[in-house]
Amino acid sequence: MLIRLAWSSLRSRWATALLTLCTIALSTALLLGVQQIREHTRQNFMATVAGTDLIVGARSGPIQLLLYSLFHIGSATSNIQWSSHETLQHDARVDWTIPLSLGDSHRGYRVVGTSSDLFRHYRYADQQALSFAAGEPFNDLFSIVLGAEVARQLGYRLGDPVIIAHGSGNTSFMQHKHMPFKISGILQPTGTPLDRALLVSLEGLEAVHLGWRAGVPLPGLEVSPEQARQRNLTPKEVTAILVGLKSRLHTFHLQRELNQRRTDPLTAILPGVALQELWQLLGVAEKALLAVSASALLIGMIGMLAVLLAATQQRRHEIAILRALGCPPARVALLLIQESLLLTLGGLLLGILLLQAGLALLQAPLLSQFGLMLSLGALTPTQWQICALVLALGLISGLAPALLAWRLASASHLIRRN
Amino acid sequence: MTHILHLKNLQFSWPGQPPVIELDQLHLAPGEHLFIQGPSGSGKTTLLNLITGLQPGYHGAVTVAGRELARLSSRARDQFRADHMGLLFQQFNLLPYLNLVDNVTLPCTLSAARRTTASQDSGSVDREAERLLTRLQLPPQLFRQRRTAELSIGQQQRVAAARALIGRPALIIADEPTSALDHASRDHFIQLLFEELEQSGSTLLMVSHDPALAARFPRHLQLGAATIC
Repeated sequence: MLIRLAWSSLRSRWATALLTLCTIALSTALLLGVQQIREHTRQNFMATVAGTDLIVGARSGPIQLLLYSLFHIGSATSNIQWSSHETLQHDARVDWTIPLSLGDSHRGYRVVGTSSDLFRHYRYADQQALSFAAGEPFNDLFSIVLGAEVARQLGYRLGDPVIIAHGSGNTSFMQHKHMPFKISGILQPTGTPLDRALLVSLEGLEAVHLGWRAGVPLPGLEVSPEQARQRNLTPKEVTAILVGLKSRLHTFHLQRELNQRRTDPLTAILPGVALQELWQLLGVAEKALLAVSASALLIGMIGMLAVLLAATQQRRHEIAILRALGCPPARVALLLIQESLLLTLGGLLLGILLLQAGLALLQAPLLSQFGLMLSLGALTPTQWQICALVLALGLISGLAPALLAWRLASASHLIRRN
Repeated sequence: MTHILHLKNLQFSWPGQPPVIELDQLHLAPGEHLFIQGPSGSGKTTLLNLITGLQPGYHGAVTVAGRELARLSSRARDQFRADHMGLLFQQFNLLPYLNLVDNVTLPCTLSAARRTTASQDSGSVDREAERLLTRLQLPPQLFRQRRTAELSIGQQQRVAAARALIGRPALIIADEPTSALDHASRDHFIQLLFEELEQSGSTLLMVSHDPALAARFPRHLQLGAATIC
């Protein structure tokens, strides 16, 4: 019954109650949203590196290598000789290698030159292999396989021609128009950067660059697709190599060996370790973002506290009536706490709804602009913990007005003095 | 015979002042009506506060429905007040944001005993509230549609009376309940109140400055320089 009384009381002060509710809802949505982005970013990154033991690239920093090879962020300073790939491929400790060659693009999406081994050996998330929504891996020199997002966004179907451009910008005037690729397959969504990539064979990539020097086609040296098929298309260099080992026991040994090589200097990294380094780097910004959103929540709670305290002073008469009718001070205090909890719970539920609505709206732009796949649905355990924290803060905010009400809980002034 | 109210050697004074209340004996039997009068400052309100258990720090004994209030803990005294006393104030003191029925049923949310009695009387607490409001001649279309803040003074006073009467508490304490009403409304209200008290059998203890009301009460308590009972 007290809850009905609390509800009626709040309804009678609907304007301030609604404003308080909105403040809590917005700050809760912000905090939950930041947490969601944090968790999903980590999950997406972890899913991408799940099945790879080592990433090998030209000598550079581990984070840079990780970002450009797997996440297609930034670019390599130099490449690896193909001979280094062959050496690594034939190393007894190595189970498989996936060479990656980056540098071209198609309408803002990265084109990745690779081998068919990618479809056989690459694992993401929970050791899942790549699978096709339609078509098959490369069946020709000019086959191209699209990531799910590319196919969806650009509306491509199997068999459609695709012209790739030189460079990785959104617009490029240097297009390989004379050698269009044909879509042989479309991958199922993976939640990794592969969804936003176009995959071609290393040989195909080599073919479109025949007659090119230093990033520009040389006049008079154009090669037709038919002529290209006759040429030796073994790549001279690649950007990075993903390595799977027969036994993880060899990981550190091979890594050290590769890092100490003098000919064709290489950097070999453990993706998990590099990812940790990346988190440490991003940790400060992440924590700052969390702190700002937590502060917003705190400000919301202080706002509610101010509203409840002001209302309690105005409600001395109401409190006195309840006391005169036999309501003990503890129950009066409980009434105030219930009001605070009702407001917080309402704000929390509205905040979760706002979060889901916001995610539904931002899902597409976040995926296309930042490659961040945010999914709607149940809250994560950490988000539930945040919800519990918000409720606890609501409870604590209710304590101060409740104590004030307890102190004011005197009914004697209802009966006039004479 | 068990008295509903028994005051014995009751004495109360504000700090540093002479006693404002000095009563040797006062008994009220079930169903009796007592009229308390006296000039301003004679201690009428203080006496009501002592009887309701809201004012501690007195000498003597205040016994209501067989229970001596001083022996009860603060919490037990609150519950005792909720169970056995119906309060009717000069300013009505309704919760302005509740409708008529919710205001009347408020004591039943605080007292299981009054909730049970009200349910037994009419089948449910809400129905008993509606019966009392009807009996006090409030139009049924107001019961749930209006908040009490929207009612006239006379209507508010009748809602307050229904709230005091619901669940048939042993003792009704009324403090100047008719001071805001004109003569015709006052007489009508008192008539209705007495009729309902007749049915419920509750004891009435009323403070008023209005001498016209005194004639309706069989017993009187005059507070002042010389307390006369």
